[in-house]
Amino acid sequence: MLQIESRQFAVERGLFACIQCGKCTGGCPMAMKTRLNPRDLIYRVLVSGNGFNLEGREELWDCTTCLTCYSRCPKQVNPMEAILAMRGAIVEKGKIHPNVKTALESTFRNGNPLKMPRSDRAEWAKELQLKAFPDGGAEYLFYIGCTPSYDPRGQKVARALVRVLGSAGLDFGILGNDENCCASEVRRLGEAGLFEAMVEENTAAFTELGVEKMFTVSPHCFNVFKNDYQKLEVGAKFSAQVQHYTQVLADLTRDGRLKFNGSFEQKVTYHDPCYLGRHNGIFDEPRAILQGIPGLELIEMDRSREKSLCCEGGGGRMFLEGTNPGTRLAQQRVQEALDSGATILATACPFCLLTLEEAVKHLNAEEKLRVLDIAEIAERAL
Amino acid sequence: MTNAARVGVYICHCGINIAATVDVPAVTEYAARLPGVVVARNYAYMCSDPGQAMIQKDIAEHNLNRIVVASCSPRMHEPTFRAAIAEAGLNPYCLEMANIREQCSWVHPVGYPTTWKSMQLVEAAVAKVTRLEPLQTRQVSITPTAVILGGGIAGMQAALDLADAGFHATLVERESNLGGHAARFYRTFPTQELAGVLVQDLLERVNQHPRIRVMIETEVTDVSGYVGNFRVKVRRNEEFTEIPAGAIIVATGFETFDPHLKPELGYGRYPQVVTTMDFEHAFAGREDSKQPLVVHEGSQQGGNASLAEANDTRMDHQRIQIENPKSIVFIQCVGSRDQSVGCGGNGSSAHSYCSRVCCMVTAKQARLVRETFPDARVTVFYMDVRAFGKGFEEFYDQARQDGILYRRGNPSEIIKRGNSVLVRAEDTLLGEPVEVEADLVVLAVGMRPRPDSEAVAQLLKLSRSSDGFFMEAHPKLRPVDTSMAGVFLAGCCQAPKDIADSISQARAAASAAMIPLMRGQVQVDAATSFIDEELCSGCGQCAEICNFSALSLHPLRGKMTVNAVLCQGCGSCAATCPSKAIMVHQFTLDQVLAQMAALSGWDDVSVALEKVETV
Repeated sequence: MLQIESRQFAVERGLFACIQCGKCTGGCPMAMKTRLNPRDLIYRVLVSGNGFNLEGREELWDCTTCLTCYSRCPKQVNPMEAILAMRGAIVEKGKIHPNVKTALESTFRNGNPLKMPRSDRAEWAKELQLKAFPDGGAEYLFYIGCTPSYDPRGQKVARALVRVLGSAGLDFGILGNDENCCASEVRRLGEAGLFEAMVEENTAAFTELGVEKMFTVSPHCFNVFKNDYQKLEVGAKFSAQVQHYTQVLADLTRDGRLKFNGSFEQKVTYHDPCYLGRHNGIFDEPRAILQGIPGLELIEMDRSREKSLCCEGGGGRMFLEGTNPGTRLAQQRVQEALDSGATILATACPFCLLTLEEAVKHLNAEEKLRVLDIAEIAERAL
Repeated sequence: MTNAARVGVYICHCGINIAATVDVPAVTEYAARLPGVVVARNYAYMCSDPGQAMIQKDIAEHNLNRIVVASCSPRMHEPTFRAAIAEAGLNPYCLEMANIREQCSWVHPVGYPTTWKSMQLVEAAVAKVTRLEPLQTRQVSITPTAVILGGGIAGMQAALDLADAGFHATLVERESNLGGHAARFYRTFPTQELAGVLVQDLLERVNQHPRIRVMIETEVTDVSGYVGNFRVKVRRNEEFTEIPAGAIIVATGFETFDPHLKPELGYGRYPQVVTTMDFEHAFAGREDSKQPLVVHEGSQQGGNASLAEANDTRMDHQRIQIENPKSIVFIQCVGSRDQSVGCGGNGSSAHSYCSRVCCMVTAKQARLVRETFPDARVTVFYMDVRAFGKGFEEFYDQARQDGILYRRGNPSEIIKRGNSVLVRAEDTLLGEPVEVEADLVVLAVGMRPRPDSEAVAQLLKLSRSSDGFFMEAHPKLRPVDTSMAGVFLAGCCQAPKDIADSISQARAAASAAMIPLMRGQVQVDAATSFIDEELCSGCGQCAEICNFSALSLHPLRGKMTVNAVLCQGCGSCAATCPSKAIMVHQFTLDQVLAQMAALSGWDDVSVALEKVETV
C-alpha cells in the first residue's frame, strides 16, 4: 500500500480551505485528456479518513505544473503543490518510473538530467571566449542551464543571447563546466531529498563565488532560484538577485543600451511560458522586447498572458509521456498560433521551444510557422 | 495624594476570563495594602447588578470617594461603572479602570508574572485615582437636523423618515441624479416589480417633501463638530456651503466588481461576455419588448449618470446585439468569495465575502432570458445557491422549473470559439471537465466598496472592516451606529445587501439618528483639555494640530482658550504645547506621572518627572 497520512497532509497544505468549485479542474489543460482532476484529488484526500492510497494513481504524473489550478483558485489552495507532494510520497517509497529514474540519476551523477558528461557542459561556448565568473570581476552571473548547455537547439539560443548581451555591453561571466543543474525538474519529479541536497550544494557554491546578480535562459531555472531556493532552510541562505533574461533585455532596451539597428519583418505571436507568466507574473517584458524590434508585428493569440496554454513540457514532462500520449498540448498551441496568422511563434523557454518545434513538424507546418526564442529574434535584428 | 482619598478596589474574575490566568485573591490582598485603599474585594462579574451593588454598598458604608475597577477595557464598561458610582452619589469621574483582561489575562500565560502584572496595573490605577478631580459633564443643545450623504434608495428612504418625523434633512448627492444604482435596474427580485417605479415613487416623495433639501452634484469637503452639532461643509462647483446638523447618515453605496481583474474570463475582450449590471441596463433601457436587446460592456461604469448620458460615454465600449441566442450562460460569484482579488490593489483578501445579491439577480435575469428568448438554452454555473431571503427559495425553485439548468462548478476560463465563446468549467457533480458554447455569458459581479470610501472614512473618522466597507459599532447590537457618536450607516456602504435590506437599514439609521435629535440635548464628556494661562504664550501650535477646531486665541487676553464642547479630549494639543500650558482632565501630568511611578517602581513622582524630562 502506498498511503499518505491524508489528514496531516491536507492540514499542512491548507486543503481544507477548498470549496470544491472546480475552477482548478475546469482550467486544467490535462483534465480534458487524462484522468487528472485536481479538485477530485483534493476531495478524496479530505474524505479519506487517515490514509489516502496513491497506488495506481498514474495521472499524478500527467501534471505539467502549469499552475493554472492555483492561479484560478478563489481560496488560495495550491493543487499543483499537493500533486508534487504526492509524487514525493511515491518517489520516497522507491516506486519510480524508469525514465524518471534515469533523469534523476543523471542529475545526481552528471549535474544534468540529459545523461551528458559534466566535462561537455561548456562546449557550446568554446569559441566565444566568455569571462569565467567571477575571475574577471563580472557584474552578472549568466546561468545557462542544462538544455541550453547540451541540446543543439538550446545552444543556439544561448549563443544568440551572448551576442545580444555583448552588443549591449553587459558585463557577465559564466561558470563553464562547474555549472550544476538547478534541480527544478528534480523537485517537479518528486525527489525532495535530492532537491534539498542540490539546493544546499548550489547555494554554497554561489555564496562562495560571491554571486549577487544572476540571470537565466530558462524560466524553470529562474523560478526555482527565485522562489524555491529561498524557502528551503539549508546551510547558507540563497540571497542573489535572480532575473530571467527577458527582464534583463527589457531593462537594456529601456535604458537605450540595447539597440536594434536591423529589423525583423515578420508577424510574431508570443507564447507565454508557464514558469515566466503564471508562476512569476512576467508578461510585459518579453512583449516590450518584441515591440521594440523594428518591422516586427506582434499578434496576440486568444489564449495569452494568464490564459496561456501550457506546451506540456514542464513538471518533468520532458522525461515522461504521461497516461495519454495522444495529441500533445503543444500541437494544440501551434494550431492556435497558425490560426492567429503569425509566421513566427516566439517564446522564451527552452522546453517550450523544443515541444513547440516538435509540434510544428508533427503538423507539417514548417513552411508556415517557425518557432524562435526571443533571444534569437533579437539577435537577428541587431 | 489628596488627603481625604478613601479608595475602594474591585477585582473582576470575568468568569474564567481573568480568574483562570490571574490569581485574583492575591491581587485583592495586594490591593488592600496599597496606600489610601480602604476596601478591596473581588467578584465573578463586577459589571453584573450584584457587582455594581457591592460597590454602591461600600461607598455608603465605608464613605469611599474614589473607585478602582480592575477588569476589562474601559471601552467596554467605563460608562457602566461611572453610572453606578454616580447613582451612589459619587462624581462619575472619580473612577479609574485597570485593564487586567485585554492587557493581561488574555495575552499572557498562567503564572506569577501575569498576576504580578495585574498587581502593578492595579497599583498604578490606585496611584492615579487618588489624584483625580471631580468633573462636571455639560448638557449641550443640539441642531435638530440631519445630513444624509448619498442619494440612492437608502439615503432617500432615511431622509424621508427623518423628514416625516418632523426634522429637516439635507440629502447630498455627488452625481446629477438621485436614485443610485437601483434607478437603472429593470426588475426587482423576488417580486419582479419594475425597479424604476419603486425608485420614482421614492424620488417624487423626496422632491416634494417640504423638509427635505436635495443637493445634487455636491460633495462633502469637511466635517467638523460632534454629535448634536456637526458642521458639514459641501461644495457644488466652486460654491461652498456649511450645513449644521445634529446627526449624519452615511449612505454612499457601493460599486460593482470590475471583471477586468479576472482576465481569464475575457471581459472587455469578447463582446459576448457581459456583467449582470450590463445585462440589467440593457433590459431597463429598452423601450419595448419588440426592440432588439443590445448589451453594452462596461455600462455600470456610468455610476448614477442618466441613461442618456451613459449612452454617450459608453460609445467606446463593446456592444452586442442579442438575436435568437442558442445558449446563454450565467456565471456566479465573479469577484465574490474570492481571495485572489483584493480591494484597491493592496493584496488584502478583500473579496472573501459573499455579495449576497448575485444568486438572486442571476435567477431573476435567467428567468427574464427564458421569457424573452424561449428557445435559448440557459445554464447557470454556481458554487452554492444562497436563496436565504423571504420568497427567495421559491423564486429559485421557479427558475429551475422554468427550465433553467443549474450546473455545479465555477468556470475557470472563457476562450474564443468561432463567433461564440466557450465556457470551460468542471461540472463537479459529474466530476468531469466540460465546455459549454455560448452566444452570451453573463458574469454575476459582486459588490465592493466605492473607491472613495477611504476618503469618506477620513472625513468622518469612520473605521472600515478588512473588506473595505464601513464598520458598524457592533455587528449585532449596534448594526447602524459607527464608532463616531451621531454618525450612522445605511445601505451598501456598510456591506452588500439587497433593496429590502437597504431600506430596512435606512429606516433603522433614521430612527437611531432621531434619538439625539428628539432628546434635544446631548451630554458632553468633561474630560477635555484646559489651559494654564500663566504658562500659555498664545503661539497657536495647539490650534494647528487640533482635529476638532476646539482651540482659539482669546482676542483680548492673548492666550489660547478651549471650547470644551468641541474638545474630544484626545490630548494632541497637550503633547504639542512647547510650554506645557495645556493638559487634559483625567490625564494631567501629575496623574500620569503617579501612574508611571507606580509601574516603574520609582520612588516618587519627582524621579519619574526627571526621567521623562531627560527623554
